[in-house]
Amino acid sequence: MSFPKPIATLREATGMPTGRLAVWWVIASEIVIFGGILGSYIMHRLGHPEWAHQSIHTNTWIGAFNTFVLLTSSLCAVLAHAEAEKKNGPGAAKYLMYTTLGGLTFLIVKSIEWTNEIKHGYTITSNTFWSFYYTAAGLHGLHVLAGMIIMLIVAADAKKGKELQRVENIGIYWHFVDVVWIFLFPLLYIAK
Amino acid sequence: MSSTAETHPPAGGHGHGDAHGHDDHAHGDHGHHDQHWFLKYFWSTDHKIICMQYLFTGMFMAVIGGFAVYVFRMQLAFPGMPVPGWGRVTANDYNSLVTTHGSVMIFWVAMPVLIAALGNYLIPLMIGCDDMVFPRINRLSYQIFLISVIVLILSFLVQGGAFGGAWTAYPPLSAKAAYNLTPMGSTLWVVAVALEFVAFLLGGINFVTTLMNSRAPGMKMFDVPMVVWMIIIASILFMASVGPLVAGAVMLIFDQQIGTAFFDPARGGDPVLWQHLFWFFGHPEVYVVLLPAMGICAEVICVHGRKKLFAYKTVLYTAIATGIISFFVWAHHQFVAGIDPRMANIFTVTTLIISIPVAEMVFVYIATLYGASIRLTTPMLWALAFIGEFLMGGVTGIFLGASGADIYFHDTYFVLAHFHYTFFPIAFIATFAAITHWFPKMFGRMMNEAWGKVHFWVTTIAFNFIFIPLFLLGARGDHRRIYDPTHFPELMRAGMQDMRVMATVSLLILIAVQFVFVANFVYSIFWGPKADRNPWRANSLEWHAPSPPPHGNFPEGLPNVYRGPYEYAHPDRGEDDHWPQHEPPPEGAKA
Amino acid sequence: MISRYLESGSTYSGDIDELILWILVIVGFWFLLAQGVFIGLIVKYTAKPGVKAKYVTGEDPKEKRWVAWPHYATLVFDVIILAAAIRVWTHVKIETPPVDETVRVIAQQWAWTFVHAGPDGKLDTDDDIRLVDEMHVELGKTYGFELTSRDVLHSFSVPVFRLKQDVIPGRIIKGWFKPTLLGQFDIQCTEICGIGHALMPGRIFVEDHDTHQTWMKAASPVAAAGAPAPATGGTK
Repeated sequence: MSFPKPIATLREATGMPTGRLAVWWVIASEIVIFGGILGSYIMHRLGHPEWAHQSIHTNTWIGAFNTFVLLTSSLCAVLAHAEAEKKNGPGAAKYLMYTTLGGLTFLIVKSIEWTNEIKHGYTITSNTFWSFYYTAAGLHGLHVLAGMIIMLIVAADAKKGKELQRVENIGIYWHFVDVVWIFLFPLLYIAK
Repeated sequence: MSSTAETHPPAGGHGHGDAHGHDDHAHGDHGHHDQHWFLKYFWSTDHKIICMQYLFTGMFMAVIGGFAVYVFRMQLAFPGMPVPGWGRVTANDYNSLVTTHGSVMIFWVAMPVLIAALGNYLIPLMIGCDDMVFPRINRLSYQIFLISVIVLILSFLVQGGAFGGAWTAYPPLSAKAAYNLTPMGSTLWVVAVALEFVAFLLGGINFVTTLMNSRAPGMKMFDVPMVVWMIIIASILFMASVGPLVAGAVMLIFDQQIGTAFFDPARGGDPVLWQHLFWFFGHPEVYVVLLPAMGICAEVICVHGRKKLFAYKTVLYTAIATGIISFFVWAHHQFVAGIDPRMANIFTVTTLIISIPVAEMVFVYIATLYGASIRLTTPMLWALAFIGEFLMGGVTGIFLGASGADIYFHDTYFVLAHFHYTFFPIAFIATFAAITHWFPKMFGRMMNEAWGKVHFWVTTIAFNFIFIPLFLLGARGDHRRIYDPTHFPELMRAGMQDMRVMATVSLLILIAVQFVFVANFVYSIFWGPKADRNPWRANSLEWHAPSPPPHGNFPEGLPNVYRGPYEYAHPDRGEDDHWPQHEPPPEGAKA
Repeated sequence: MISRYLESGSTYSGDIDELILWILVIVGFWFLLAQGVFIGLIVKYTAKPGVKAKYVTGEDPKEKRWVAWPHYATLVFDVIILAAAIRVWTHVKIETPPVDETVRVIAQQWAWTFVHAGPDGKLDTDDDIRLVDEMHVELGKTYGFELTSRDVLHSFSVPVFRLKQDVIPGRIIKGWFKPTLLGQFDIQCTEICGIGHALMPGRIFVEDHDTHQTWMKAASPVAAAGAPAPATGGTK
């Protein structure tokens, strides 16, 4: 039972396929959301130099490892796209699964990291630095999770050779999630 | 970005030969006529049904917002007297009612009707395609919107009652239950607003992608009807501005529920941060609703005035300029809020500058009337009233944008009257113009003109008699969100209470005459005289579809486009003063 | 113009009123002109049988001029209004003249506490006068005020002075005024602060020198306790 696409979806007056065009607009609006929270964080941080006493307790090594995990998963997404271009649905699905695995690793590492921090008393309410830390990284984590779920759906279709253009689209979204982390990492982990 | 003829067979709805198993016949033939009525009306992906869902929900919410204003204005005119249908209005009630009125009218009436409903209806039809590019996401956006409505209504029913911190929800009042006394109502309100934002983000992506990619073959960017452009620009404006407030909403919910201190000065937070996040969105938001209203007026004025839109490109560029500048004016809402006073100087400059493109748009619309052949039909009356009333709203904004004057006017009824002279035209006058104009297309029948005119005149006159007294009260120092002015000797001077009563009585008249509209609307849907495809003899593509259009919109095949939408009274057309977009050029002539 | 309905009671209320009047004149003129043209065009171009509309694209420079000129006029008048507004704003909110005395204003849900300096003219001394919802000032003296809040946002507004400033918890916000009119006037809270927002009206008493001195001596805790009153008169 496949949904009959309207002709509207298939037109390409801009030269770019509709799905890809839409993903870029999604990313544009997401940039403003993350921009809002990170902008607020930066303004606060500049006004509160004493936050350095809190930020020193973030674990830069774990952050770096997670950065490496996300970058690797993005590489897998690129490989998935390459397979999709070759019309190799099962191959694309395989690489999408690896990407998802990367996302899962990221989330598991983060859970361990946060559990540890909370046990040491660095909770979301203990200091406004930590409020931003958990909120910004948490929002990012939700986007990782959402990306993983969508990716699995796309992989399921791709395995059957269907909707292969979506492999590239979810890849674009995944790269964006990666880029947000590239901003979060220095702001939360490196700026001490 | 101009689109030349696609490499498909022209003027056809089939044979696009895609690889996705699309049936090889016109889209209208899928067995949707067999659908159960519930699926057809509540689970539809058809953009026209989704329009109706948004439209009727918006109209229902207007009743809620209207009831709220009825109650609190009765309290203001007759302080302490029980209000019929409510009872005595306590201070708590009052604050919740004004909050509900403002929030509902902006987020749950103006936006769904002007953008979601009209955008959904008009965009695919006016650009000549069969639906939005993502029909299922379209359906999802309405469902999320509906959930936001339910969450908001729930907030009225929980213990403590509805949130009462004004639609602006400034912390610390909004962040701590100890201050606002509405512990659950406050959070439900924020959640409802956040869900509404998500619904509109999804909708906006659909709209923008559809316009960019799915235009009819031959429809170049400057052949797109102005209302479509305006809705798209509004959607982009919304998408670019709402992000920080989404972040802020998350932060406020956390402050309310889990004890973070983003906005709590006692623990290192900053209440003014919320104001910046709110108004960074809040100001572009007024243009998000203004632009579609102006688009509607462009369509109605040109069709009913039989006249080409004056300087189409100017209108477009000023709309875009307004959108861009709107990102740089937000702190004029915060002149006396405790921001650095030197910042106020910057924002007063940008604020007065934005009056220039907006004024230009109004001038262009007035210029369009020159040489027109104006038929004073109900839609035309509404569109003209929009310009006259909005002009008043616009000029009174200068008093507020000029920082030195705003010191006196801030938080008085002058502000309130200013924004009602802009918002009421946007949310109601333009809406009535749109509904009376596109009703024949939507429902295949005509509305009654005589009752339409009664509704128009009484509404418009009553509206002025509500808000002119409020300007005068504001100039006398009457401040906002006060449930009982009797405690202030300067607010009970001669004539002032009379003005409050006049405003309230005029409101009662305004509300009463809306029943005429509802009766006309409902009656005409079922028993109005049947309308043909193009009763107004208009040019744009939606009038080429049947009235109402079936699923798939154009049963004879998707149209091609040969000219812009405003070729009225073209000299080459002789007696015929219109030239539909889809009509091929005469043999041997240039398009 | 505002002063026809609400007295002008401070040194800058006249400036603000004048700015408002200028804006009214400029904006009012253009508003009436635009409405006049608008309605005139509607009347002139109402449909007549057999008369087709004109075909005007608006792209021709001669046509564009009709919109361009009003457009430039808007710009010119905006600049004039801006110059006037910035001058008034800077005078009221940025420049601080030397103050004769400071009053502390503490806002809370739902009352104002005013801490006056008392006979010695200095705040935070034993003779300070704390009153709730009542403020006393002397005609012709320049007062600085320090605003703070105990809980939520409030806003200190004295309409007769054309004075308004939001109050933020966790901050001390300063401003000034110089009263020019004797009498009793309203103090309003102009930022919604909860269910008691309408229930915190205040009164400001602008008194001549002698009345003010009498009030101070009676109200000051030190003076009332019978201790010798410190030298009266200004601090400067």
